[in-house]
Amino acid sequence: MNLWLIPLCPLIGFLLSGLLGKRLPKQLVNIICVGSVAASFGLVIYLLSNIYPVNTPVTEHDFTWIQSGGLKIGFDLSVDRLTAVMLLVVTGVGLLIHTYSIGYMSHEEGYGRFFAYLNLFMFFMLLLVLAQNLLLLFVGWEGVGLCSYLLVGFYFKEKFAGDAANKAFIVNRIGDFGFMLGILLLVIQFHTLDFASIATAVKGMPVESSMGALSIITLLLFVGACGKSAQLPLYVWLPDAMAGPTPVSALIHAATMVTAGVYMVARVSFLYDHAPGAMHIVALVGLATAVFAATIGLAQNDIKKVFAYSTVSQLGYMFLGLGLGAYSAGVFHLMTHAFFKALLFLGAGSVIHGLSGEQDLRHMGGLRKAMPITFVTLGIASLSISGFPFFAGFYSKDAILAAAYESASPWMFWVGAATAGMTAFYVFRAYFLTFFGKYRGHHHPHESPFVMTFPLMVLAVFSIGAGKFLSVPEWLAPMFPVTEHGSMQPMIISASFGIGGILLATLLYVIVPSLSDSVKSAAGPIYTLLANKYYVDELYAAVIVKPLTLISRTVLWRGVDEGLIDTGLVNGLGRVAQALGEVARRWQSGSIRNSATWILAGSLLLIFILGLGVR
Amino acid sequence: MIEHIPIWWYLTLSAVLFGLGVAGFIYRKSVITVFMSIELMLNAVNLTFVTFSYQNKNIDGHIYSFFVMVVAAAEAAVGLAIILTIFKNRGTLQIDEIDSMKL
Repeated sequence: MNLWLIPLCPLIGFLLSGLLGKRLPKQLVNIICVGSVAASFGLVIYLLSNIYPVNTPVTEHDFTWIQSGGLKIGFDLSVDRLTAVMLLVVTGVGLLIHTYSIGYMSHEEGYGRFFAYLNLFMFFMLLLVLAQNLLLLFVGWEGVGLCSYLLVGFYFKEKFAGDAANKAFIVNRIGDFGFMLGILLLVIQFHTLDFASIATAVKGMPVESSMGALSIITLLLFVGACGKSAQLPLYVWLPDAMAGPTPVSALIHAATMVTAGVYMVARVSFLYDHAPGAMHIVALVGLATAVFAATIGLAQNDIKKVFAYSTVSQLGYMFLGLGLGAYSAGVFHLMTHAFFKALLFLGAGSVIHGLSGEQDLRHMGGLRKAMPITFVTLGIASLSISGFPFFAGFYSKDAILAAAYESASPWMFWVGAATAGMTAFYVFRAYFLTFFGKYRGHHHPHESPFVMTFPLMVLAVFSIGAGKFLSVPEWLAPMFPVTEHGSMQPMIISASFGIGGILLATLLYVIVPSLSDSVKSAAGPIYTLLANKYYVDELYAAVIVKPLTLISRTVLWRGVDEGLIDTGLVNGLGRVAQALGEVARRWQSGSIRNSATWILAGSLLLIFILGLGVR
Repeated sequence: MIEHIPIWWYLTLSAVLFGLGVAGFIYRKSVITVFMSIELMLNAVNLTFVTFSYQNKNIDGHIYSFFVMVVAAAEAAVGLAIILTIFKNRGTLQIDEIDSMKL
């Protein structure tokens, strides 16, 4: 089985549409780009049906990439059960979102460019998922970061899009710096980056009770995951990344790329198993992010911002699960989240498309009659993310919260359950503000075309059924043993928090809409704090960005670059050469007699020196 | 007869001739005189060669002096041609006025 064919398809799509995109008609771009992803999806299905039930990983060595001393890094691809889940999510959701984009982008400029970037993203994401060593994973990791940058800045004529793209890229650099240090430490420690070899080597090592090499490595890798998966304190780029087109938000900034950190941690779980201290930090950061982002989500008015903060919050849940050792629960939530969050964003995109670009919840309302399909599917997604019983999100969120309930620190469960309540509240707040009440906008709303609503319906089916019928923890049990939890208590508590959130939102935004304003004014300063996202951006600007630009401007630019390099070195050298030349120029008077005198002086000097030698 | 003349007489004569050549080369103003001074220096060197050759009973010095004469003949032909061209173009042979080699 040629695994390399899977990422190759979108790469070909990227090359064709990227090089010829402007000259090809839209129909052909659709066929190439959506077709290439469909081909990947088909290959994945074919592969998995051949090797089902993937009890042993299928690995292939395509070529040796780097050989230096004892270090040998190959272009190795591998499929095990974890990869299988990711492959299906990435190609499946990717295919749906590509299809949706045909409708969403139909009126936009740069059609070919958009699909080229999207295909390039699919290539790197599949490479990331299939990689059998950490360095190849890192190639995919940086590649998806690049595509994220390109797509966030897709509307590059707008300044805010360019700024958001820069922010995404630069914040990710911080995380990737940590990630790279982790990789280098792994090379020093194990002399290999192959997952299987490291896993074998780690088996013989003791579990670290205090900070040791493995703890430092895992924490550095987690710094990388914090950047890519938008955890505290590096989450700031994700809400701004909503400046990109909505399908991009759905595919890259909700369903796939931002979950790369979760996938990576699950992939190297054998390292984390030996570093309980680092695991605890992962759980704490995840939980803190979940709460933090959920509270901000309560007070946002841009529909995409609400969903962006909910993504940050749900990613926090996943890391909570990973940090508690419930890797399969984290990956389970990754999968269901990919479905319902892609659906939320695509639904939001459908609303935005129907309102000709309006994103502010205050200018929506009453759209349920104009957009019935979006209304129903978005409702399903909202129920799913709220953890409403028997929807997909219910099962995965329960798996994480149950792990917290039975862990050494059960307080995490209560915080997590309260966050679930907040999640339900703000998602339904956005939902009700969009579809209920009176229409408050100016555009004429219309339902989206079938090419957009079809992916919504498919995703809605998965948002309902993926929890019950695609039980990831069972599937991953051979890799990550599941601890059976008999108690129904956490399930009931978290579900009732979720339902409580929904009911509260119903009360405030449907039954007595005037009440929400009085709550808002009663909350006063807290509301202002939340609406301004805890002033984190302002804090970062004051503490990091401003001093950095100031130092760059005064010291590095004026001082080092202009002063030292330009004036000192470049111009200085030039001036020295000029001064020397000025002296030498005087000798070249052009007078033959002068030249002759110098020749005479020179030969006398030579004779004198030679005479000294003889004596 | 000739054996009785000491070697330093020849060398002194040669040095005097060479010195005259150098002085003429540096201080004379006409290009032709300068050119003649060069010939004078060459012949002074030739005399030294021959003297040492005779003194050391070694034929090498003679061969060198023949070489110098051949080269001097060629140089005289080329040099005079250059001088003629300069005169044709500039109408002067004053060495101070020919200073266009300046930067």
